[in-house]
Amino acid sequence: MTVSIDTHSACVDFPIFDAKTRSLKKAFLGKAGGTIGRNDSDVVVVEALRDITLSLREGDRVGLVGHNGAGKSTLLRLLAGIYEPTRGSAVVRGRVAPVFDLGVGMDPEISGYENIIIRGLFLGQTRKQMASKIDEIAEFTELGDYLDMPLRTYSTGMRVRIAMGVVTSIDPEILLLDEGIGAVDAEFMKKARTRLQELVKRSGILVFASHSNEFLAQLCDTAMWIDHGRVRQQGGIEDVVRAYEGDDAGDHVAHILRELAVSDGKRDSTMGDGTGSDGERGA
Amino acid sequence: MVAPAIDSDTGGEPASDSQTYRRAVRDLREGYGQRELWLSLGWQDIKQRYRRSVIGPFWITIATGVQAVAMGLLYSVLLDIDLRSFLPHVTVGLIIWNLISASILEGADVFIANEGLIKQLPSALSVHVYRLVWRQVLLLGHNLLIYLIMLAVFRPELHWTIITAIPAFLLIVVNMVWVALLFGIVATRYRDLAPILGSLVTLLFFMTPIVWTTANLQTMGGEAAQRARLVEINPLFHYLDILRAPLIGEDQQAYHWYIVLGCTAVGIALTMVAMRTFRARVPYWV
Repeated sequence: MTVSIDTHSACVDFPIFDAKTRSLKKAFLGKAGGTIGRNDSDVVVVEALRDITLSLREGDRVGLVGHNGAGKSTLLRLLAGIYEPTRGSAVVRGRVAPVFDLGVGMDPEISGYENIIIRGLFLGQTRKQMASKIDEIAEFTELGDYLDMPLRTYSTGMRVRIAMGVVTSIDPEILLLDEGIGAVDAEFMKKARTRLQELVKRSGILVFASHSNEFLAQLCDTAMWIDHGRVRQQGGIEDVVRAYEGDDAGDHVAHILRELAVSDGKRDSTMGDGTGSDGERGA
Repeated sequence: MVAPAIDSDTGGEPASDSQTYRRAVRDLREGYGQRELWLSLGWQDIKQRYRRSVIGPFWITIATGVQAVAMGLLYSVLLDIDLRSFLPHVTVGLIIWNLISASILEGADVFIANEGLIKQLPSALSVHVYRLVWRQVLLLGHNLLIYLIMLAVFRPELHWTIITAIPAFLLIVVNMVWVALLFGIVATRYRDLAPILGSLVTLLFFMTPIVWTTANLQTMGGEAAQRARLVEINPLFHYLDILRAPLIGEDQQAYHWYIVLGCTAVGIALTMVAMRTFRARVPYWV
């Protein structure tokens, strides 16, 4: 089965239940009496995503840009299959590895090693698979003997190291990254980026939401501008960033892409030369 | 990029299968498939609660034991029942009751408590329920020690019927799964349900023959004997009896089994309907 994500007019509407509607009594009274005038539109609804139609195939590396609250994170959750669309449809084929909140699924009371195993299990690995990877992950995190200590003794940065170590050790078919990979020192970040780039090459589909144009340019070739829950623009990363943030940012991305093309020139380059292609995909 | 009106083009677009029985069953099956995950999480839950305490999870055993002995002593005097037969009745009743009440009360909270995981990681909803049930089964395992001590002290006459405890236990576990799923879904949508269930379960504890016996009421005769029949409408009485009776060597009547099997079938049917209709809504509601 090939790896793919297809959505068709997918909408994500969040019902906002206030104290009045989130109550059994009211629902009963409303249905039975009918005089209160309760109907479907009575519940306040936040339309987080509207009419998202897209089709991602193996090899796609899509960056998401947009303001805070534009719907980037919600879109990632839609693509992960966490939110099933309230209208329209979304079909996700492939093993998904979401990296949204690095802290979720971590237990402060158990050791770093055990947390690595549990996190791997959450991402669909078996205990055996994780046991064979644990040395590699331990080496990557550079935490050494500290991995035997309970996680509550770790700093935020050390926890991020563990989370990054686990997620970059598995081979996901669909990798969904949300920004927030902060709180680590510069040297580790460099190492993590290299590993992430390798991971991206191994994974079938990447969707990456970030405010860092540099990071986007390094990992993605196409981009989507999400605005008020809709896809406002879709195309090559340089064009989208230029439209979203202006010429300065666009030039910056173009500069990074050129640099990457030069440095990747000798090797197989999947990062640099994809710019501008497949712009009309899914439109 | 402009999509046509949503209702007019349903013929052309792939229909969403979110609200189908197929997806509901798949959720249960995939959740079961992730048993390595919920088995370790369930263990972790127990270990975590008693981390750094010297006797660890055996506090569970001690707490249940003390409660059983205290209640047994008190009610045997109040109701004038022979302690030798009454204490095993109370002890085993309490152990089973813990299992039942936890599946109701913790079940109602199961998705709300796992909000973070549900919103961040795509996994079957049933994983959280299996984890809850497994944790309760582990707690039961610790409480079994009290049962063994009780057997050694009171030596109740056990018969071959004790083997029916195994199917009875399995049936209760199946019921715990649907109860936690169903109440979990409804209580996530309607936040009033959890407090309602809280008081209801306390009430049911006294309406179910745990610290009293139906036989005792019947021997009192008159109005009390009339009231003893009322307990038959409490389904938890039957659930309790199918497992308690074989464990303390009491005679068992088949009709308890029929009622439990009937309730199980109805419960599973209701849960499947809820899973079909509301499974995909739970991440929106938590």
